[in-house]
Amino acid sequence: MRAVQVAILSTVFLWSNARAAPLQYLTGAGDKATPVVFLTWGLIIISISVILIIGLLLAGAIWRRPGEDWTPGARTALKSHEGGLNWLWIGVGISTLVLLFSVVWTVKVLAEIQAPTPKPAVTIEITGRQWWWQVRYLSDDNARQFVTANEIHIPVGAPVRLKLVGGDVIHSFWVPQLAGKMDAIPGQINETWFEASAPGVYRGQCTEYCGLQHAHMSFLVVAQPASEFRRWWDRQLAPPAPPTGRAQAGQTGFQMRCGSCHTVRGTEAAGALGPDLSHLMQRATIAAGQLPNNGPVLAHWISDPQSMKPGALMPTPSLTETELANIHAYLKTLD
Amino acid sequence: MTSIDDYERSPSIGQPSPALTEKLKSLWETKPGFIGWLGSVDHKEIGLRYIVTAFAFLVIGGIEALIFRVQLAWSNMRLLTPEQYDQLFTMHGMTMIFLYAGPILSGFSNYLWPLLLGSRDMALPRLNALSYWIFLCAGLFLYSSFLMGFGPNAGWFNYVPLAARAYNNGPNIDIYSLGMILLGISTTVGAINFIVTFLRLRCPGMSINRVPILIWGTLTANAANIFAIPSVSLAFLLLWMDRNLGTHFFDTTAGGSAMLWQHLFWMFGHPWVYAIVLPAMGMVSDGLPVFCRRPLVGYTAVALATVATMVLGFGVWVHHMFATGLPTISLSFFSAASIIITVPSSVAVFAWLATIWTGRPVFTTPFLFFVSFILLFTIGGVSGFMTGSVPVDWQLTDTYFVVAHLHYVLIGINVFPVAGAIYFWFPKFTGKLMDERLGRWNFWTMFIGFNLGFFPMHISGLLGMPRRIYTYPDSMGWDWLNLITTIGSFLFGFGVLLLIYNVIRSVRHGPTAPANPWDAPTLEWTTSSPPPPYNFAVIPVVASRHPLWEERLNQSEGSRSQIETGLLLDHGKEALGTTTLDAEPNIILKMPDDTLVPLYLALSMTVVATGLGLVNWWVVAVGGALTATCILAWLWPEARLGETAAPATGEPRHG
Amino acid sequence: MAERHTLEGRLPVGAINTRASGWWAMIFTVFTEASLFAYLLFSYYYLAVQPHLPGTFPEGGQPDLKLALPNTIILIASSLAVAWAQLGIERGNKHRLALGLGIGAALGLVFLIIQYFEWAAKPFTLSSTPYSSLYFVVTGFHMAHVVVGVVMLSALTWWSWRGYFNRVRYAHIHIGALYWHFVDVVWIAVFITFYLTPLLGLRA
Repeated sequence: MRAVQVAILSTVFLWSNARAAPLQYLTGAGDKATPVVFLTWGLIIISISVILIIGLLLAGAIWRRPGEDWTPGARTALKSHEGGLNWLWIGVGISTLVLLFSVVWTVKVLAEIQAPTPKPAVTIEITGRQWWWQVRYLSDDNARQFVTANEIHIPVGAPVRLKLVGGDVIHSFWVPQLAGKMDAIPGQINETWFEASAPGVYRGQCTEYCGLQHAHMSFLVVAQPASEFRRWWDRQLAPPAPPTGRAQAGQTGFQMRCGSCHTVRGTEAAGALGPDLSHLMQRATIAAGQLPNNGPVLAHWISDPQSMKPGALMPTPSLTETELANIHAYLKTLD
Repeated sequence: MTSIDDYERSPSIGQPSPALTEKLKSLWETKPGFIGWLGSVDHKEIGLRYIVTAFAFLVIGGIEALIFRVQLAWSNMRLLTPEQYDQLFTMHGMTMIFLYAGPILSGFSNYLWPLLLGSRDMALPRLNALSYWIFLCAGLFLYSSFLMGFGPNAGWFNYVPLAARAYNNGPNIDIYSLGMILLGISTTVGAINFIVTFLRLRCPGMSINRVPILIWGTLTANAANIFAIPSVSLAFLLLWMDRNLGTHFFDTTAGGSAMLWQHLFWMFGHPWVYAIVLPAMGMVSDGLPVFCRRPLVGYTAVALATVATMVLGFGVWVHHMFATGLPTISLSFFSAASIIITVPSSVAVFAWLATIWTGRPVFTTPFLFFVSFILLFTIGGVSGFMTGSVPVDWQLTDTYFVVAHLHYVLIGINVFPVAGAIYFWFPKFTGKLMDERLGRWNFWTMFIGFNLGFFPMHISGLLGMPRRIYTYPDSMGWDWLNLITTIGSFLFGFGVLLLIYNVIRSVRHGPTAPANPWDAPTLEWTTSSPPPPYNFAVIPVVASRHPLWEERLNQSEGSRSQIETGLLLDHGKEALGTTTLDAEPNIILKMPDDTLVPLYLALSMTVVATGLGLVNWWVVAVGGALTATCILAWLWPEARLGETAAPATGEPRHG
Repeated sequence: MAERHTLEGRLPVGAINTRASGWWAMIFTVFTEASLFAYLLFSYYYLAVQPHLPGTFPEGGQPDLKLALPNTIILIASSLAVAWAQLGIERGNKHRLALGLGIGAALGLVFLIIQYFEWAAKPFTLSSTPYSSLYFVVTGFHMAHVVVGVVMLSALTWWSWRGYFNRVRYAHIHIGALYWHFVDVVWIAVFITFYLTPLLGLRA
C-alpha cells in the first residue's frame, strides 16, 4: 500500500536529515522544547497509525469481494440496506478516546511549559523589524543595558525571558530547537521564555509573513557557559577602540553616510533605523543571519545590499572605492 | 370582501403526456438570443456557468502555483523577484479559496438541488442569476489589479499592519478589499437562495430525513455563510476605510488593534473552510453508495455529523492565532475544541468505510475518486489534528506542514470529490458518457501527482521550512523535498488538464447516455439526460431516500414513491411550495421569467466598487443610483408573480 | 410505513404571507445583516477593553443623550406606525395601510435628519481616534440601513396608495415591515452600546 511505503521512507529520511536541517524540531535542546518534542512524536505516531489503519480497512473493503462490471443503464443487483452501524460505534468510540487522550496530554504539556523554573536570569527585549531583529538586553542596572542585532547570546542551562515587540508589521520569533513560535505584534508586548540545555549555535527565523524579505529574516542564538556569556556581555558594553589610519577616515565616512540609520556606541553614529553595529565583528553573520560575516561578503553587502537582499530597506549608498575601503576597514575594528 | 378562496385553486393531477411536456417546455425554456443568454434564470444553466467559471479560476490559480513551484524547486533560485512571488502566492490562495472552492460547489448544488428535491427550480431564480453575475464581476474585478501589475501581495489572509497603507501603498489591497466585499454579496445571496429552497421547495413526501446528504452539506455550509460572511466583509471594509478615509480600526500607532483584523478574518475564515468541504463530502455520501450497490450506512448520523461539524466550526477560529500571545485558558479551550471537532468527521469516515465494506463495489472512475478521497481526508484530518495541539502547533504553524495539511484537506476533500462528481453527473448534465479509459489515466495522474507533490511538504515542514518564503538557502536540507514537490505538482496539473480534456472530448464525441447510466436511486436520475427545462413534467411524491431502489429493497407496496403521477402545475411557470418538516403541499408559487435585471444589478454594484476603488464619489453616487433603480425594478409588484391583488395571468379568480 | 400525500384539495396561488419565498429570503437577509451588526458591535467591545488614555473611550466622555434618546423614540414610533399599517391591511383597510406606511417613512426621515445634526455636533471626526471611527462607522452603517428602509417604505406607500395590495395579497408589506422592525431593533442594540454602556462603566 502506497501510504505505508511513503510512511516508512519518510521516517527514514527524517532521521537521517535531522542533523542536517538546522530548523528542524523533531529533536530539541531545552526545558521549553523537550516536552513538546515528546508530544509531537506522540501525535505523529498516532497520526501515522490512523492513516495505516484506515488505509488497510479501505483496501480490505474494496477488495474483499470480486468487483462488479458496469454497463451504462443496466440494472444491477443491490445489496440489502441493513447493517454496518457497528462500524460507527466502534470506530467513532475509539477515535474519541484517542482524541480525548490527546487533549489531556496537550493541556498537560501546555501547563508545563507555560512558565520556567527557576525564574529567568536574563530578560531580553526583541523587536521585529523589516527584515532584521533588534535585540536589547535588559538589566536592573541601567548602565548594563545594551542593544545589538540578529545574534542573541544566552547562558546555557538557565531560562531566558523574552519580551517580543512589534516594530512595524507582525513578525514571529522562532528558534525551533529551543521553543515554539511567538509573534511580535505592534501594539502589544508578548512575553515568552526559552532555555538551552547544551551549548551551541541555534538557528532561528521569522515565521510570520512580513513583506518582501520575509525569506531572509533569520537570527542565531548562541548558548554559552555562564562565564563565557558574562564575558560576552561585558565585551558588548566596552567602548570602541579608537581607530587609526584608514579606519579613522572610515569612521568619519561611516558617521556621515551610515550614521543616520546605524548606531555605534561611543561615536556620533546614533541612527535607530538599522541594526546596531557597535560590535559587528563579534557576529558570525550579517543581513539577519543570511550571509557569513567575512571581508569580501561584508564589502559587497555595504556597496550593493539590493543585489543580495532585494527590497531591503538599506539603500544603495553609491560609495567610491576609497570610501568603501575606508568604511570597510573601520567596520573591521568594531570588535 | 376578498378572501383566500379567491386566490386558490385545485391543482390538476395527472401523468406526463406529449401535450403537457410541450406546454411546459414552451413555458420554461430559456428565450433564444441575448436576452436568454444574459437573462436566463434556469438553475441548470446558472449551475453550469458556475462550474465552468470556477474551473477557469482553478486552472489560473494552478498556473500561478506552478510558476512559483519552479522558483521553489531548488535553493536560491532567481526566477521570480520577491514582489512577483508575493503577488503570485497571494493570488493563488485568493483564487483557489474564494473563486474556485466555494463557487464550484455552488455550481453543482445549483444544478442538482431542484432535481434532487423534485422541484421545478430553486426558490428564487432571479437571485440565483444575480449570485452568478456578481461572482463573475467580482472575479474579474479582483483580477484587474493583478493584470495591471499591482495584485494583492500581503497573503490571502491579508494581515495588518502589512496590509495597511503605511506598508502597502498601492491600490493592491484596496482592490482586494472591495472585490472581496462584492464577492461576499454573491455568496450571501446564493446562501439565502439555498436555504429558502430547502425550507420551501421540496416535493411532497421529501421530509427532511429523506433529502440526499448533498442537500445537508450545502444547506449547512450556506447557513454558516449567512452568519460568517459579514465578518470578513466588515473586516475588508474597515481596512479600506483605514487605508482611504483615515480611520483607525487597525492602526496600532493610534490605539487601533492588529488583532481585531485577525479575529474578524478568522471568525469567517474557519467556518468558510468547512463550507467549502461539507457539500463535497455530501457528494461522496450520495455518489459512493451508488457504486457500493446499497444505501449509505448511518444516514442520520452523517446528517447530524455534518451539522455538528459546521456548528463546532464556529468555535475554533483562534487555532489560526495560537502564536499571537493569547492567555493560556483561551489557548486550552480552542485547542480542545480543535481536536474534538475531529469526532463528527470520523463519523463520516466510518460511515463511508462501512458502506463499502458491507456493499459490493463497482469499479468506475467516479468510484476511484470517491474512495481515494477517504484516504486523503484521513491524511488531511490527522495533520489537522496535530496542529490542533497548541504546543505542537507552536512548532508546526507557519511551516510547510500546514501547507501540506491545507492542501490535503482542500484538494483531498474538495477537488477529488468534485472530479468524482464530474464523472458521476456528467451524463445527466450533458446526455453523454465520459471515457472510462481516459478516466483511469486522469485519476492515477491526479492521485500520484498530488501525493508526490504534497506529501513531502509534511517532511519539509517538520524540518522547519517556513511558509511564504520566495527562496531558501542550500544548507537547510529542503532542496530534494522541494524538487519532488515541484515535479509532483506538475504531474497533478497535467492530471487536471486530462480531466478537462476528457470533459471537452466527451461533450463532443461521447456516446449517448441513458437517463440512469449508473442505476442510481435518487430523483435526478428519473429525468432525461440532460433534463428538460422544467425538470419534472409532474411533481413527484417520494416515500423514501432512494425512490428508484424501493422495489428492489423490498419496500412495501403502499409506501412507494410516485414518479409517473403527480401535480401538473401547468397554469404558467409554476412550482410547488411545501411545509418545512414534512413537505406537505401548501402553495402554488409563480416563478419569474428570464430577465436582464440581475445582470444590470451586478454591473451597478461593480460600478459602486469601482468608484470606491478610485475614491471617486461621483462614480459611487451613479453606481448607487443605478443599484437602487435595479432593485426597485426587480421588486416592483407583479401580477404575473401573484404579488398583487389582481389574479395572476391565466389564473381563475374562483377555484 | 404507508404514507400517501393527498394532492386533493385547494392550494393558494402566488406570494401569500409566510408562504411567499420572498418572506423567507428576508428572514435570512435579516440574519445576515444582524450578524454584520453583531460583528460591528464586537469590534466596539473589543477595542473598548484595550487600554486607553482617560477620556478617550468614549472620546470626549459620555455621549450626549439629548438628541439620541428622542431619536430612539421616533424610530420606535415609526415601527409602530408600520405595524399599525400592516394590521390595517390584514383587515382589508387599504387607506390605513397607505397612511401608516407614509407616517413610518416620514418618521424615518426625521430620524435621519436628527442624526445628521447629532453627527455635525460631535467634537471629533471620522479619523480622530479609534472611538470616533467606530462611532461614525457603526451609526453610519445603521443610517445606511435606515436610508434603504425609508426608500422602501416610500415605495410601499406609493404601491399601497395605487391599490396594489389587499387583505390576501400583501407580501411586500409583510416583508418590508419585517426589515423595518429589524432596523429598529438594531438601533436599540447600537444605542445601548454607544450611549448606555459607558454609563454602566465601560469607558476609559
